[in-house]
Amino acid sequence: MDFTFNETQEQIRESVARICADFGDDYWLERDREGGFPDDFAKAIAQAGWLGVALPEAYGGAGLGVTEAAILVQTIAQSGAGFSGASAVHINIFGLNPVAVHGTEAQKKAWLPPMIAGKERACFGVTEPNAGLDTSRIQTRAQRQGDRYIVNGQKIWTSTAQSAQKILLLARTAPVETTPNPLNGLSLFYTDLDRKRVTVKEIEKMGRKAVDSNMVFIDNLEVPVEHRIGEEGKGFRYILEGFNPERILIAAEAIGLGRAALRRAATYAKERVVFGRPIGQNQAIQHPLAACWAELEAANLMAFKAAALYDAGQPCGAEANAAKYLAAEAGYKACETAVMVHGGMGYAKEYHVERYFREILIARLAPVSRELILSFLAEKVLDLPKSY
Amino acid sequence: MKVLVAVKRVVDYNVKIRVKSDNTGVETANVKMSMNPFDEIGVEEAVRLKEAGKATEIVAVSMGPQACQETIRTALAMGADRGILVLTDAELQPLAVAKILKVLCDKEQPGLVILGKQAIDDDCNQTGQMLAALLDWPQATFASKLELGVSDARVTREIDGGLETITVTLPAVLTTDLRLNEPRYASLPNIMKAKKKPIDTVDPASLGVDVAPRLSTLKVNEPAKRQAGVKVATVADLVAKLKTEAKVI
Ligand SMILES: Cc1cc2nc3c(=O)[nH]c(=O)nc-3n(C[C@H](O)[C@H](O)[C@H](O)COP(=O)(O)OP(=O)(O)OC[C@H]3O[C@@H](n4cnc5c(N)ncnc54)[C@H](O)[C@@H]3O)c2cc1C
Repeated sequence: MDFTFNETQEQIRESVARICADFGDDYWLERDREGGFPDDFAKAIAQAGWLGVALPEAYGGAGLGVTEAAILVQTIAQSGAGFSGASAVHINIFGLNPVAVHGTEAQKKAWLPPMIAGKERACFGVTEPNAGLDTSRIQTRAQRQGDRYIVNGQKIWTSTAQSAQKILLLARTAPVETTPNPLNGLSLFYTDLDRKRVTVKEIEKMGRKAVDSNMVFIDNLEVPVEHRIGEEGKGFRYILEGFNPERILIAAEAIGLGRAALRRAATYAKERVVFGRPIGQNQAIQHPLAACWAELEAANLMAFKAAALYDAGQPCGAEANAAKYLAAEAGYKACETAVMVHGGMGYAKEYHVERYFREILIARLAPVSRELILSFLAEKVLDLPKSY
Repeated sequence: MKVLVAVKRVVDYNVKIRVKSDNTGVETANVKMSMNPFDEIGVEEAVRLKEAGKATEIVAVSMGPQACQETIRTALAMGADRGILVLTDAELQPLAVAKILKVLCDKEQPGLVILGKQAIDDDCNQTGQMLAALLDWPQATFASKLELGVSDARVTREIDGGLETITVTLPAVLTTDLRLNEPRYASLPNIMKAKKKPIDTVDPASLGVDVAPRLSTLKVNEPAKRQAGVKVATVADLVAKLKTEAKVI
């Protein structure tokens, strides 16, 4: 067992941290106040080639694994950029994996290079208002008409759809009634987000104001057959393959943000003097912080174990889901503790931890909830009856 | 022209330095290490020379334990072409480093050697000067600007009174000051390329250099804690205190 990062992985952390250092606390504070996509940050990350970390070398990527991608997004979150920074580039890092794996040569050539270069931004249209976590029940329809599909339906929470040129879209190509397993009637498309046919409405939300999430109304969107990824009816399976890396990246981000909160809290605890002593000299302050450290690092081990399994081509469903669960909970506890350690100042925006606290909730809610992860683990690991 | 750059692995500039409990040195176990910032400026300058078509090859040299290979790899990711690792667990003092570099210069025949003006760990500010003396080459230290010609280099130096511009004939030794340039960050494609660039490993004995320390460290102490300052209410108060307490006016 080797728990050390190799030279390249260390270099990735170091180089990404340097880019992030140019986007300090004030930058993210302002993005959180004013909203507006962090374009210059996303551009800096793209220009240094980072979006291609896990995509094949033949199309301009670096061909590295989810381990390296996780280091990348964790470093971003940990710099204090949190989910405002990580979500700004997240989908571009692993989102197009179905294209890399199942796409045709022509599709890869056309789609991967502009994404890696940061010239095109994609959004991810899976969740629907009437289906929730039960993806088998999505209703958005893609009906074949000659050499194209006509898509109608509604997506919700689709992040970055305000500015994305492309959408990775899961839609139903066969009605539920005609498929014994409703998951088999779904197909995956990567297509232009044609704003004449698609209306995007931003959802006002609790945190991460800089990176929009939206309601997306699709009205007779025409999608050429060449924009379908892989075979008709296998879309859910393609998406499913990407779920584990997705969970690992979210876990890495949550741990990164938790570490940022902990760093701030520890610094404040050393400096703030009340009753004639630094508050950090009290064990009531020390112990929760130490516990946060232990829990974050334990979650981190699980995340990178899952990543190592994935990169070695081994099953990692239980580990990836457990990592996302542990990391979201540990990250949440760290952010909450950081607010409490700051006392009243924890509630003031200029101390940053309240922003972290609002952002870390995303990791607990999406892309899958705690409850569903636990149901999954109970079923797959403990062999209990399936409950969902 | 070949350019040789020296890159030292030091405690990262962001780390709060702690003195070992036995007062023999500073704590380096489990401490983040990175390339000496002045050496990074050196690598950057060399890469710019290459991009401008003035340098043909950049060789990065580091000395110390195996981990120094990471520092060389960073230089390669910034744009150096190959590396030389002088592997040793010995404590290296400036004279030993200068002697090793001298042997490597004899072998490699660079037109220019770039070092940091000092390393941020021991702050010695000696190696470049010693190397120039051993090679009997001209030296341009504390460089804040370099204009490289074919047979000489015009160098602007930061000195106490301001800026001094000198010309040195090549080959020469240059040491970098903070304002020479702003080093780039390694991009992912360059990190990937660096993995394939060669690093030779040699050791001081095979180079015929005796690296035994010539200076011995007696004791390392934390600097005394600074006392808190005092606030004064008025200018008159300030002047009075400067006169009677600080006795500077
Ligand atoms: C900030 C943000 C960004 C997002 N970005 C995207 C995006 O870019 N693209 C995208 O497609 N989606 C995105 N999502 C959507 C996200 O993936 C979903 O919100 C998530 O999958 C949960 O679905 P839901 O909100 O419909 O919850 P529901 O399915 O309605 O669940 C509600 C609650 O019920 C619980 N529950 C449901 N069924 C069971 C059961 N059988 N047993 C126990 N408990 C159960 C859940 O755990 C949850 O607590 C985003 C969400 C957020 C908050």
